[in-house]
Amino acid sequence: MRNQIEDALKGHEADYIEMRLEESSLSRILFRGERLEEVGRVAGLGGNVRALVKGGWGFVSFNSMDDLREKVRMAVSQAALVGDGGSSLAAVEPVVDIVPVQPADDPTAVPLADKKELLDGYNSIILGTPGIKTSSIRYHDGRKTVRLASTEGTYIEQERVDLNLGITAIASEHGNIQQVSLSNGSNGDYSAIKGLHDEVRDMAQRAVNLLSAPKAEGGTCTVVLDPILAGVFVHEAFGHLSEADFVYENDRLKEMMVLGRRFGGKHLNIVDGATVPGLRGSYRYDDEGTPAHKTYLIREGILEGRLHSRETASIMNEQPTGNARAINYLHPPIVRMTNTYIEPGTATLDDMIGDIKDGIYARGWYGGTTSLEMFTFSAGEAYRIRSGKIAELLQPVVLTGNVFDTLHNIDAIGNDLEMNQGGGCGKNGQSPLPVSNGSPHIRIHKCLIGGG
Amino acid sequence: MEELLERAKKAAEQVEVYQVSSVVTPVKFESNRLKQVQTKETVGTSIRIVKNGRLGFAQASGNFEPQTLVDMALETAAFGDSVRFDFPYRQPLTQVDTYDTAVEKVSIEHMAALGSEMIAAVTAHTPEAQCSASVTRGLVHTRILNSSGCDASYTRSFFSAGLEGVVVKHDDMLFVGDGRSSCHPLQDTAGITDTVIGQLELARRNANVRSQTMPVIFKPDGVAAALMAPLLSAFNGKTVLMGASPLAEKLGEVMFDYKLFVHDDATVPWQVASCPCDDEGIPAGQTALVEGGTVSNFIYDLNTAALAGAKTTGNGSRNGGLPSPSMHSVIIDGGKTSFDDIVKGLAGGLIIEELMGASQGNTLNGDFSGNVLLGYKVENGEIVGRVKNTMVSGNIYHLLKQIEALSRETKWVGGMLNTPAICCFNVAVASKEG
Repeated sequence: MRNQIEDALKGHEADYIEMRLEESSLSRILFRGERLEEVGRVAGLGGNVRALVKGGWGFVSFNSMDDLREKVRMAVSQAALVGDGGSSLAAVEPVVDIVPVQPADDPTAVPLADKKELLDGYNSIILGTPGIKTSSIRYHDGRKTVRLASTEGTYIEQERVDLNLGITAIASEHGNIQQVSLSNGSNGDYSAIKGLHDEVRDMAQRAVNLLSAPKAEGGTCTVVLDPILAGVFVHEAFGHLSEADFVYENDRLKEMMVLGRRFGGKHLNIVDGATVPGLRGSYRYDDEGTPAHKTYLIREGILEGRLHSRETASIMNEQPTGNARAINYLHPPIVRMTNTYIEPGTATLDDMIGDIKDGIYARGWYGGTTSLEMFTFSAGEAYRIRSGKIAELLQPVVLTGNVFDTLHNIDAIGNDLEMNQGGGCGKNGQSPLPVSNGSPHIRIHKCLIGGG
Repeated sequence: MEELLERAKKAAEQVEVYQVSSVVTPVKFESNRLKQVQTKETVGTSIRIVKNGRLGFAQASGNFEPQTLVDMALETAAFGDSVRFDFPYRQPLTQVDTYDTAVEKVSIEHMAALGSEMIAAVTAHTPEAQCSASVTRGLVHTRILNSSGCDASYTRSFFSAGLEGVVVKHDDMLFVGDGRSSCHPLQDTAGITDTVIGQLELARRNANVRSQTMPVIFKPDGVAAALMAPLLSAFNGKTVLMGASPLAEKLGEVMFDYKLFVHDDATVPWQVASCPCDDEGIPAGQTALVEGGTVSNFIYDLNTAALAGAKTTGNGSRNGGLPSPSMHSVIIDGGKTSFDDIVKGLAGGLIIEELMGASQGNTLNGDFSGNVLLGYKVENGEIVGRVKNTMVSGNIYHLLKQIEALSRETKWVGGMLNTPAICCFNVAVASKEG
């Protein structure tokens, strides 16, 4: 295969060409209520060519492996149609490497019957909880082998395993529908989704309790976020803004995001790194063959770095960080996060809550999104804080912020960093990309929440 | 496909083979210039079998040995759900235009010219706007074969163009944008750029609102952001069957304002969500959802309909898995008042052009809560400026119970929703200004 790819890449008029071939297999299990709605298997075989000519890109994706050379020719001619300037790619040492995956507890080796039994167990807990109407459980695991070759001499074979579990408990009463979800995943450790029985029991009960929970009132207030929601917060509030493809060709955004600018207090440190081992966003090489890095986005409150592809690094005259990722062969790599987190501080949860007279403690997550400057992130659970104590359960709240205020408004950072491995990240139609994010508990004052 | 069907028939009682192949060519602009041309060719095949009364499913992209796919499906059938429906016989398909051969003849150079034209129009108005744009043409061929004799196929062409602009001033970012799609090639881009320029004009000045309930006009994109996710789930037969729809037992009851008429439509000529049959080979048509505020139907695929004791509405759709009920085009009927007159009639309020993050809450219950990505304040019937750092929240069942007005003008959003602007009173607005 390697010879075939390398032959196809030879002798074209282009500044740079790469080819990626991908083989994948996936198993999927889906429960809805008592019904095991779907047990499915998916297999995939496809590839793409990306060519750079005078600063313009051509991209061709395909399922048929016939005549790879013709596909390269097509990508080069498309690129030539686009390019009218100079090509700019940061130098990266060509690499020849084979990276097999060594999953801790390989989910793809677990028999379907065992997976079904585990999920059955969770489902019975939910459906056995009085007040619960129905449930939804989605599980998938997959294995993927990617071959990447370039005209610079890089040839990398990387294998990865990913698994994801999402569980939702739905309670209803007189047309009032409430739900609580749990999402978990790993980069190849099936045991990550075992033994969640207590959590599942709690979430089902909480869904029932939400039926009688009041809604929060909209407005600004002091909020304490648990590590899971704070992880979603850091991903949305700052992670995306650190992706250099948003800023590299926009002079005003470059001014706004100038390295050295202060975004938060001295206690604030934000990191992204695929080299942090064992997480869903971990890898050795990105999809351009650049070795993974660990990048400080914010150190002691000050903007220190950002995430790059080879092109954005070159144009901004910064070092590549190995953050060019493609969700699959249908898409070219773009700048993405990997494992993004706020480093731990010194506060305890009690410290943070103790002096709040009236506020909100928000835990877990529904989702989040950003327009770069403004962002929203939604909590899976919310509690009122009254006179320094966690009080009644509220219906879930959506929180919003503005990157220039909200990071400054973080006034306490906990000592209890946790990483969230559920969910996935979406950008430019590439979703859900395996990432992880995390944080200790954090406290934000003057945070705007939506009411109902 | 035939070979796959024949092989699977030897091992199972019922078989269905579904194949979709496509060629899509996006031309992409970034930072006001042409950046990338892509060609994406895909072919995906899936097989659904019934073995010992149980459902098996496998799917592949790329070239696979038919037997591999059959074996994968058989493996899953050991665990599959018991099946209470039969795959359909061959039936006459709905007549609907979805294929214009002119689309594949549009050159990449012409697509690039359309993109440049859009960017030139917007930057002529606002030189500091940084635009990304895309112009895409595509062809999708779908075929469904089954062991009951169904052999349904059709081709759909599509052509879309869109532009997003950002204007950065100090620490303020303004986002504007619009897009169009059709089965015909797009003739000119003025509709898109006029809309974007209109947004830029209205956002020239900033305005503040205070936290309180107030009248809100959701423009079509705002309707899509705030109201669609709850509506799509509530009218989905599967959500209804699970008991997770607030409308589950409300068929025939008045749940919305008498002015509200909503239907699902697969037959709008040259619309990108139109089709002669659904992904199970069932002729596609129209399904009334809300008629004068009354809940009239839910949408079904074969399996969900069989479980619910209902009839499929031809809404079986595959989104990378087994068929599941899904809307074609959702049509909300326009009202009697022009948009401008609705605005003129407001003493005060908010217009929502785009809402961010609105569907990331408890959409099952009809709740939404989002940040106003683009919206304007209205004072004494006039738009006075753009609002920021503002949240709009509510529950669609409360909101749509009393609609103040639906605009006469309607607009397509994302190729799957045609809606007027909707004005509701008493919407909760929260602002950083207090």
